[in-house]
Amino acid sequence: MNELSSVDRPNSYIGRSVPRPNAKRLVAGRGQYVDDLRLPRMVHVAFLRSPHAHARILSIDSTAAKAAPGVVRVVTGAEMAAVCTPWVGVLHHLKGLKSAPQHALVVDRACWQGEPVVAVVARTRAEAEDAVGLVEVAWQELPAAVDMEAALATGTPVIHPDLGDNLAFTREHVGGEPDACFADAESVVVQAVFHTGRHTGVCLEGRAILADYNPAEGRLTAYHSNQAPHMMQTVFAKHLGLREGDVRVVCRDVGGSYGIKVHVYPDEMATAALSKMLGRPVKFAADRMEGMVSDIHARDHRIAARAAVTKDGVITAMEIDDLTGIGPYSVYPRTSAVEGNQVVNLCGGPYGLRGYKARTTVVFQNKTPTCQYRAVGHPIATTVTEGLVDLAAEAIGMDPAEIRRRNLLADDVYPFRNLAGLAFEGLSHHACLTKLLAMMDYEGLKAERDALRAKGVYRGIGIASFIELTNPSPFMYGIGGARISAMDGATVRLDPDGSVAIASGVTEQGQGTEAMLAQIVAGAVGVDLSRVRVTTGDTETTPYGGGTWASRGAGIGGEAALQAGNALREQILVIAGAMLQAAPESLDVRGDAVVDRDTGAERLPLEELGRIVYFRGDTLPKDLPRELVATRHYTPKDYPFAFTNGAQASYLEVDVETGFVKLLRHWCVEDCGTVINPMLVDEQIRGGVVQGLGGALLEHCVYSPEGQLLTGSLADYLLPMSGEMPDIAVAHVETPTKESALGAKGAGEAGTAGAPAAVQNAINDALRPFGARVFAQPFTPARILPALGKI
Amino acid sequence: MKPAPFAYARASTLAEVFDALETHGDAARLLAGGQSLVAALNLRLASPSLLLDINGVAALRGVTFADGLLRIGALTRHAELGADPLVALHAPLLAQAVPHIAHAAIRNRGTIGGSLALADPAAELPACVLALEAVLVLASRAGERRVAAGDFFQGLYRTALRGDEVLAAVEVPPRAGASCTVQELARRHGDYAIVGLAAQSLGQGVQLAWFGVGAVPLRTPLAEAALAAGDIAGAQAALAGELDPPGDLHGPPALRLHLARVLLGRAAAALKGH
Repeated sequence: MNELSSVDRPNSYIGRSVPRPNAKRLVAGRGQYVDDLRLPRMVHVAFLRSPHAHARILSIDSTAAKAAPGVVRVVTGAEMAAVCTPWVGVLHHLKGLKSAPQHALVVDRACWQGEPVVAVVARTRAEAEDAVGLVEVAWQELPAAVDMEAALATGTPVIHPDLGDNLAFTREHVGGEPDACFADAESVVVQAVFHTGRHTGVCLEGRAILADYNPAEGRLTAYHSNQAPHMMQTVFAKHLGLREGDVRVVCRDVGGSYGIKVHVYPDEMATAALSKMLGRPVKFAADRMEGMVSDIHARDHRIAARAAVTKDGVITAMEIDDLTGIGPYSVYPRTSAVEGNQVVNLCGGPYGLRGYKARTTVVFQNKTPTCQYRAVGHPIATTVTEGLVDLAAEAIGMDPAEIRRRNLLADDVYPFRNLAGLAFEGLSHHACLTKLLAMMDYEGLKAERDALRAKGVYRGIGIASFIELTNPSPFMYGIGGARISAMDGATVRLDPDGSVAIASGVTEQGQGTEAMLAQIVAGAVGVDLSRVRVTTGDTETTPYGGGTWASRGAGIGGEAALQAGNALREQILVIAGAMLQAAPESLDVRGDAVVDRDTGAERLPLEELGRIVYFRGDTLPKDLPRELVATRHYTPKDYPFAFTNGAQASYLEVDVETGFVKLLRHWCVEDCGTVINPMLVDEQIRGGVVQGLGGALLEHCVYSPEGQLLTGSLADYLLPMSGEMPDIAVAHVETPTKESALGAKGAGEAGTAGAPAAVQNAINDALRPFGARVFAQPFTPARILPALGKI
Repeated sequence: MKPAPFAYARASTLAEVFDALETHGDAARLLAGGQSLVAALNLRLASPSLLLDINGVAALRGVTFADGLLRIGALTRHAELGADPLVALHAPLLAQAVPHIAHAAIRNRGTIGGSLALADPAAELPACVLALEAVLVLASRAGERRVAAGDFFQGLYRTALRGDEVLAAVEVPPRAGASCTVQELARRHGDYAIVGLAAQSLGQGVQLAWFGVGAVPLRTPLAEAALAAGDIAGAQAALAGELDPPGDLHGPPALRLHLARVLLGRAAAALKGH
């Protein structure tokens, strides 16, 4: 019998679309989100938020608010600052990044519309909101720096005078010989200016926290809708003057996060501080209106870019000049320089270039802070890169698929380090593109498109190849000084009834983390999936870890779980071997029992093994180890990141009279290495694609020139809805990472990374007969019609 | 997003409604389907001291056809409007408008009276009653008075309704056999239209009523005349003089005017196709 790998055991669940263990509970309405929790003596907080983009507080009169029914306490910034220290969102490895101290409540000057100013605590949220309306703040409005293009211009107010200017961060990277490539007389240079509209991640469950400081033990418990409980444990401890060990962060059910819930928010910090001040539980659940002005925004970039291509279709160089406005503060602790930095890192990523030059300029402005949102920087870099590739193809008269075939990194070139300095262990661009073209029947689709054009129907096909950063090592945040774990752990335990309990440091936000962990451990130990239960999101009861972000849950948390599951099986077999007087190597665990490894014959039910170990240990050999619990940790070491890749395509129709875009079909082929649960991966891809389509066509945080958010509700901030979404076909190529036994890379962000670029290219393909092009997202009728010369 | 405190009362007769309006005046708001009002309460855009629920007032219910008039009670839900055989026969324009109104859950609660009394300029039904040249029946303690749709809509969210009145019903002159079409452009299905057009033709006459292009639903008589004469291009050209649409998040005024011309062309084709 051949040796089976640890992920390829006969009873493995790897690669099976099993239902999520928590799905029934959530669908039955038995979830426990933060707002479902009610603690004795709990009170609610609502915030007065700055109505101005930039304004100084002259005075605050809380007299009427304090006297309002149900009000427990009204707290201003000055009082808050005595309890909660300010923070500065910088990291050492982002050289030159600067930011100003940010307080939980505005102390003297508000820097964006929506910044929390005064906290009102009352018996109910409604009473707190009533009293917020009674707080009188006298404001002195200040000139605001709103337009990122003018952030560094003379005459634009400097938001933080101590910093000298509004420049938060800049970085330029040059690889190879870009200047020589662009100077080559035989090459054609194409260029465009791209805009990726500022948007935000909208979670079904808004941000929420229930902070419970118990003065009797000096401990804070925070029930938090969050992706990184251990990171928040550190943050609460540091800024509230507690020891980390005296802070417990519990993330029960979390209704979506997308990177929105991995940052430090002033209103959440204020809630924790209020609980410490009051010595009782305080709940804050952001409503949608305040979420729109206080959840992080993202993707507010203008990118001037060009590419050089030879007449036979070799793209030799790309040059990128990125500008992004991040609001008035770099968000703590991950910083708001990462997105621009990712644009520098990721542009041109799928291709073998001879020259690459990229620069990002990150500026402060008086708008809601921006930070990491699903597929950080990827949709921007992919939109720019793939837009340039299509322009290059058009310039030399080559088919868009063919130019990609000629320029994508070959599938046998790995390991490979590109001109941006990224190390790729193993990618599959050509395999993905080939599969994509076959899935969509590329030639047939082109024929259909061309035939319809003769009838005045304008359809377009857009392709986008992409790379995606997953499984980050300490190189992402740890080396910059942030206490954000790149390592994750899992504890796996056999209980007397033969069931298995897992506790993991990665977290569940609705994407199926717990299903993934259960599958891996069930297979590793050998038990039936129904005997496995999972705990995540509790700093007190799970191994230390980073949580779930940057597509790290399966690749890092899953590997730790696999190793822990393997260790538990070894423990079981050693004990079973002693009980059965058999060599442990001759035994295995399958289903509910220890079996003979070769024949599969049942030897000992796990329940019986559990009974003996836990209740009749006297019958076992004295020196036999009886641990039925194992903890393993995993951190990527060989590569800073496990890059993945893929290709997407969009087929759509542009109504050239109205400028409306109708999405017809969408395809994605991606390579996340080992696929643990195909159904969950496919739905991750589809959900990600939909978020990308939203950014491409609908979602936009629009501000007035004075810095007022004009799209402050879901009536104006348009989310993609099912009626407008196309069928999304998903397929996979599997190139497992050799760094781990599991071989899994991340899958959470691939859909978002490539979808906007595919749509952009498809729209421009549809508009090609008119010589019209659009490069500013979202691609609205107000942008498409002028390109067509209709208005 | 919690409403300011308010009192709630349920009326079962019009007399009770009039009592409450007399006692509370502007501080009372009538609750029918609540599909706009409740959101406004939660956003604290409205903070009445009394919410008077009129869903139990039988006099405001029902669709009838008598004496050559179709009478649609104000409490008729959008979904009922879309399914009613009398509406389908005598005012097919209304039936055609219903699928464009928001989403099924909203259509199950929202009422025609609520929509007309709110007078959102981007809503479908105000434009439809304008195209139908319907009459709105306003009830008060003193009795009923009838106001033509063209006189009812007076400004942005402003109507001819007085503080002591309730919109009781809509009376529609029968339009059996009319060609009609509702055309609208919205970024997502169910959103308020960027531009919308309720159009009807019967015999020699054409009625065009626009929504989303101004503070109130609008008729465009020059375009109607041109279209009645078979001059589609002339009708489209006339719009520049008859519509003065606002700019907003969707785009500049020129975008709306352009889209209105496109919709007019499509409406003309749809009317002809009948």
